[in-house]
Amino acid sequence: MANTAEVTQQAIDYTQRIPNNVDLANDRALQRALERWQPAFLSWWGETGPENTANLEVYLRTAVSVDRDGWANFGYVRMPEYRWGIFLTPRDEGRNIHFGDQRGQPAWQDVPGEYRSPLRRIIVTQGDTEPASVEQQRLLGATCPSLYDLRNLFQVNVEEGRHLWAMVYLLHRYFGRDGREEAEALLQRRSGDANNPRILTAFNEKTSHWLAYYMFTFFTDRDGKFQLAALAESAFDPLARTTRFMLTEEAHHMFIGESGVARILQRTCEAMSQNKFTDPAQVRAQGVIDFDTLQKFVNFHYSATLDLFGSEISSNAASYYTGGLKGRFSEANLKDNHSLTEDFYAVQEVAGGEIVARQVPALTALNARLRDDFTREIQAGLDRWNRIPEKFGIPIRLKLPHAGFHRKIGSFAGHYITPDGRVISKEDWERQSPAWLPTDQDHAFVNSLMGRVIEPGQFANWIAPPARGINNLPIEFEYVRFN
Amino acid sequence: MEAVAQQPSSVANFVDFQTEPSLYRHWKLSIAPAIQGGGRVARLIMDVQEDGGIRPGYKLKLNSYDLGVDIELHDALQRIRFEHPAVASVVIASAKPRIFCSGANIYMLGLSSHAWKVNFCKFTNETRNGMEDSSAHSGLKFIAACNGSTAGGGYELALACDEIVLIDDRSSTVSLPEAPLLGVLPGTGGLTRLTDKRRVRRDLADVFSTMPEGIQGERAKAWGLVDAVVKPQDFDAYVMSRALALAEASDRPRDAQGVELTPLERTIDERGYHYRHVDVMLEPQRRTATFSIKAPESRGPASLQEILTAGAKWWPLQMARELDDAILSLRVNHLDLGLWVFKTEGDPANILGIDSTLVSHRDHWFVREVIGMMRRTFARVDVTSRSIYAIVEPGSCFAGSLFELALAADRVYMLDDSKSSVALSEMNFGGLEAVNGRTRLAGRFYGDASRIDAVRRRAGAALGPGEASELGLVTFTPDELDWSDEIRLAVESRLALSPDAMTGLEANLRFGGGETMESRIFGRLSAWQNWIFIRPNAVGPAGALKVYGTGNRPKFDWERV
Repeated sequence: MANTAEVTQQAIDYTQRIPNNVDLANDRALQRALERWQPAFLSWWGETGPENTANLEVYLRTAVSVDRDGWANFGYVRMPEYRWGIFLTPRDEGRNIHFGDQRGQPAWQDVPGEYRSPLRRIIVTQGDTEPASVEQQRLLGATCPSLYDLRNLFQVNVEEGRHLWAMVYLLHRYFGRDGREEAEALLQRRSGDANNPRILTAFNEKTSHWLAYYMFTFFTDRDGKFQLAALAESAFDPLARTTRFMLTEEAHHMFIGESGVARILQRTCEAMSQNKFTDPAQVRAQGVIDFDTLQKFVNFHYSATLDLFGSEISSNAASYYTGGLKGRFSEANLKDNHSLTEDFYAVQEVAGGEIVARQVPALTALNARLRDDFTREIQAGLDRWNRIPEKFGIPIRLKLPHAGFHRKIGSFAGHYITPDGRVISKEDWERQSPAWLPTDQDHAFVNSLMGRVIEPGQFANWIAPPARGINNLPIEFEYVRFN
Repeated sequence: MEAVAQQPSSVANFVDFQTEPSLYRHWKLSIAPAIQGGGRVARLIMDVQEDGGIRPGYKLKLNSYDLGVDIELHDALQRIRFEHPAVASVVIASAKPRIFCSGANIYMLGLSSHAWKVNFCKFTNETRNGMEDSSAHSGLKFIAACNGSTAGGGYELALACDEIVLIDDRSSTVSLPEAPLLGVLPGTGGLTRLTDKRRVRRDLADVFSTMPEGIQGERAKAWGLVDAVVKPQDFDAYVMSRALALAEASDRPRDAQGVELTPLERTIDERGYHYRHVDVMLEPQRRTATFSIKAPESRGPASLQEILTAGAKWWPLQMARELDDAILSLRVNHLDLGLWVFKTEGDPANILGIDSTLVSHRDHWFVREVIGMMRRTFARVDVTSRSIYAIVEPGSCFAGSLFELALAADRVYMLDDSKSSVALSEMNFGGLEAVNGRTRLAGRFYGDASRIDAVRRRAGAALGPGEASELGLVTFTPDELDWSDEIRLAVESRLALSPDAMTGLEANLRFGGGETMESRIFGRLSAWQNWIFIRPNAVGPAGALKVYGTGNRPKFDWERV
């Protein structure tokens, strides 16, 4: 014991480098796991994180504790030096399982052997989406419409990185060797790599421009919110506490998406009403994005995101619920017996060339139910968007397509369904779908608008400035410093 | 005679085992053009239609299968064997992205009666054994191209192949999740092939068979669960290179014309199943089915040219296909007919003549396939859960290969009459082995060489009741005065016994004297599986198989039995 001081000096100061509230400094098993994983994470970030950012100083929010003041510390950060932390919402000692078979029993502080593999699968699937979206957005910085937006992109990127840390913490801490291997694999898969793809299909699509990025953060990050919210109900307490904290950050990502599209709409409506244009070609000629194009992107991102909820009818979802692994959205506020064994839920499917509703056991329809909850929130967001043209007196509105439109997974997969919910033939689909989904030409048009705007306070022509800046700072603040 | 399937009005939901490629709903047989391997490689692509279940009430999602899917697989294999002799290796592939096959459909199993499950598993086992039989005897090799999740029966299908290639996409696994997810065992030889065929160490097999998520990548290879793990971009090319390499080593002919498997001539009516050479008389009141197999009227073609011209009409092939269809149809459509009686008729000399033709041309691909077809058909008898008697009378024709049916029976009754005889041929000593890989004579005499030699010395001779009895080839030889009463009593007393006890007793006695992988699959595995299948822990109201997919947790009786 003579040389304790020396040992302490050599040891890494985990609390400094990795802000946390999981007592990392005294957890040797976790330290061992992270010692190996952290350098691998940094090299992953360097290789597939936002391009050409090593020298940038970005005005970022960093979570340093879970207190009210601690989770949003603002300041300039060199991105590779960002301190990715590990935070769980503080433990509620009396927390009980509040749904499923074991309702009323104390929440688990360790993984029960019986649920080890489904829990691992849930965590890995969730964890895999976090680095995937960073990879998908890697090149966007080169065409940012403003410093404000560039900073927001990086904020999302570092937080997706932190969400990966959160999932990796669970894998390292609770899943032994298998967990360490899965944590490594999370850094080895690559979005869009045919040999080594990310687990979920939507996370292998490229986010090719800023319109797609805003749509992605509005639609797809909101799927993330609903998945996290369902996991925040979990009987596995560390998972519930981790995801609860992640949700506070996720809200900002969705704000970026919603306000991003709203700002585009604002500019489009301004251009239309100034010039009294309605023809999309004329609108495009003004260097703004026309409603038809926006509607196509809504159609695409909404339908691709619905696929992320999985099959409407799912035995996995049922057993996850009964086992207490994954609840419903806002489970605690729902007024029923929280076991669902006797209940039914209406699920839509195609039968005899028509879309019909069928009552199925509610337990098996939990994916459909979560998706329906999601759609309600998305619709509210669209309603807010639609107030913009309304304000300008423009009679065009964005609409959500039918849930069966353009689906690859679930009961609608393999059918051809129009945005208004009619089942049509493959030939009709092929003829009409260019009017419903972004074509190569549409992408080319949107890309033609993308240029790099990095003068503080300046914004690209196709997007309006935001109503206010970050952390009460002015819009023309230098959110990113180029050195 | 009509080629169209009919059904006896007494059978609800008749299951027909006859199909043809143009009727397939779930499989596609595609043979690579000459430039990509000279037609040596076939791809058998699984693309199960969700709404194509053979019974209502479940969807065949994720390339899961039921009996209807496997009937097509069996037919496709037959087409490859006979109609595409140049094909030397078969890639079993999937048309679904990231899913190879997820095994037998669980909801189908949950809805099925015990008998249906057992018949289903038996047939799927026979089909997979048939793949290994073709690999061992006919130079037809199989590769499983596991392009994605390969679970349960999907992995068992892969295990029946000569090589397993698993995609290395960092998520696809091979797995046997039956025990952890469903509370049952893998029902199609999975456990047995893990140990006996792939020699996976038993502790690793224990881990593998209790983890629902399975094993991927290098570990799957290191444990011996698969032969290769390959990156997605190289996957197709690698599979094809292995298929070509296996084809290269095969002695299937490169330039032979196939023999078309024409539709069977079959009529089905209240009285039974009527084919050209096989007739099955149903007697529901007596719970008995009597098979009559007719020998040909001549010894038939002797030269290869004539044999190929006869094709599917050549007696040994046509008889075997008819008998095969009859066995399969009776097993699944007539559960209560607990006793099968085998009779034969015709001139034994013609069978012996055909046998000698079979033996002299046994190296020709077509004759080899015909022998294989006979072998697999007779082997179905060995594992049929019915009591089986063979009846030898004047005019019957239990000679050579047809004598195998007597040897497969649980008892042989021979009328003590100067005109009754049986005869052996070279075919009884090799080529028509039982499912355990041994000839039925060797099994009958527990490998005692002196007794086998004793009957061998009498091959070709007409053996009367005395000598047949002396040599141990028949059970009883009542005389004319006792005959009808003896037979009646034998039938009636048998049918009075518990059908379950008889199934178990027969399965025990038919495979005495040593186990093989195949007998272990049918014996050890299926006996345990059948036990588990009827236990409340699997099929009780809260049994694992019953509650699967409902979200409810199984409730087990924890007592070990």
